Amino acid sequence: MLTEVPTTLLAELTHRCPLHCPYCSNPLELIRGEAELSTEQWKRVFSEARALGVLQLGLSGGEPLLRKDLEELAAHARSAGLYSTLVTSGLGLTRARAERLKEAGLEHIQISIQDSDPVVAEQIAGTRSVKHKQVAAALVRELGFAFTVNVVLHRSNLDRVGEIIDLAAELGADRIELANTQYYGWGLRNRAALQPTREQVERSREVAEQAMQRYRGRMQITYVLPDYYEAYPKACYGGWGKLYLVIAPNGMALPCHGATQITSLTFDNVRDHSLDWIWRESKAFRAFRGDDWMREPCRSCPRKTVDFGGCRCQAFALTGDAANPDPVCTLTPLRQIIDQALLEPARQEADFEYRYPAPEPATV
Amino acid sequence: MTLDSVPRLWRLARLDFDPVRQRPVLLYPEGAVLLNETGAAILELCNGSRTLSDIVTILTERYNADVSADVTEYLTTMADRELIRAN
Repeated sequence: MLTEVPTTLLAELTHRCPLHCPYCSNPLELIRGEAELSTEQWKRVFSEARALGVLQLGLSGGEPLLRKDLEELAAHARSAGLYSTLVTSGLGLTRARAERLKEAGLEHIQISIQDSDPVVAEQIAGTRSVKHKQVAAALVRELGFAFTVNVVLHRSNLDRVGEIIDLAAELGADRIELANTQYYGWGLRNRAALQPTREQVERSREVAEQAMQRYRGRMQITYVLPDYYEAYPKACYGGWGKLYLVIAPNGMALPCHGATQITSLTFDNVRDHSLDWIWRESKAFRAFRGDDWMREPCRSCPRKTVDFGGCRCQAFALTGDAANPDPVCTLTPLRQIIDQALLEPARQEADFEYRYPAPEPATV
Repeated sequence: MTLDSVPRLWRLARLDFDPVRQRPVLLYPEGAVLLNETGAAILELCNGSRTLSDIVTILTERYNADVSADVTEYLTTMADRELIRAN
C-alpha cells in the first residue's frame, strides 16, 4: 500500500515572465501561454491536492501575476484549506491586486531579489525591476502578508550576502531564503558564469551565520549551500514522489520542477487523470520512489535514508542516466564530473544566456 | 520561558485541522507541523494575553494533573523553533 502523503504542491501557473534570470528554474523549453490550464482546471487541481493531503501550495511561475485569474485561484485555494504562498518577482503587484489577494485569503508572499546592488540586480534580471520590487515589498508589508525575500546566490552577488540580508530586513521581510544556484536547465547552461569560488562560499557562509544570530527573533534566515562544494548530495524534498509534486502550466504532473529534463520519463497530465491517480499510479512518480531503483554505492549505503541517493535531475543532467547516484556524492566515482566542473575556467557575466522563450517557428 | 511569559504564536503561523491525517496542524510559510491533541490544546491557549501561568492553570484543571513541567517544556521547544514568541 502506498503510504506517501504529499504535503506540498508547486503550481507553475505560467512560464510567462517579465524577468530573464539566467538561472531560472523553469525548463529550457518554456510552455506557451495558450497551452496553460484554465481557471476551472487549476481549481480542480487545488481541491484534489487538498484531498490528497497537500497542506502547502506555491502559486508560482514564471510570474504568476500574469494570470488574470490569480485572485480567484488564491480564494479557491484558501477555501479548500491550503496555506498558499505567492512566489513572485513583484512586477505587476499593484495596490489593487495586492488588496484583492489579501481579501482572497492569500497568506504569504515571496518576492525575489537579485542583488543589493541595483545595477547588478537589473543586469541579472535582464530588465528594469528594482523600483517595482521596492513598491511591491512596501505593499506586502503594509497589508500584513507574511513576507519572505528569496535570493538566488552565484558568483556575482555572493560577496554581498551581508548587504542582501540587510536589504531584506529594511524591506520588512519576516524571512529571507538564500539559496545558491542549482545547475539544471538554464543554470547548467550558464554554470561557468554563475559558479562561485570555494573562498566565496566559505566567507558567505560565515556572514550568513553571523546574521542569523543578529536577526534572531526579527527575521528568519535560511541559507542553502551550493551542493557542488558538499561531500554528500542534498535530500531532494525527502525523496522522489514522497512529499512534493509540481504541476506545469500545461497540466503536466512532475515529481520535481526539473523533472522534464529527464527525457527517459514520460509524464501524465491533470487534464487526463485525477491527481490521486497520478500520485499513486503515474510511472514518472513511481520511477524513483523508495529505494528499489538504487544502484551501488547507494543501495547498501546507510546514508540512503538521509539523502535518498540525491537529486535524480542532477544525475540525469550530468551522467545521462537518472538512476545513477547523484555525482555530488564523494562515495561514487561519478564525483569526478563535479570536481572537473569546479575546475572550469570562469566566464564573465557578459556571457550569460538569458532566459527567453524559443522564437516562434517562422511563418512562410 | 518563565511563568510570567506571555507566549503567542508566530505572526506567520496558523493552527488548523487536517481532515486527511485527522490531526491538528500548525501551518506557516514553507512548513507544517502535525500536532498531537495536547500540543494543540496548549497552542490554542497561546493568544498573546494569557501568561504561561494562566495556561498551566487552565490545563491543570482540564486534565486534573500537574502539567506545568510538560507545558513549559513544550513551549520552550516551540520557542526554540521560533514558532512561539514570548515576552
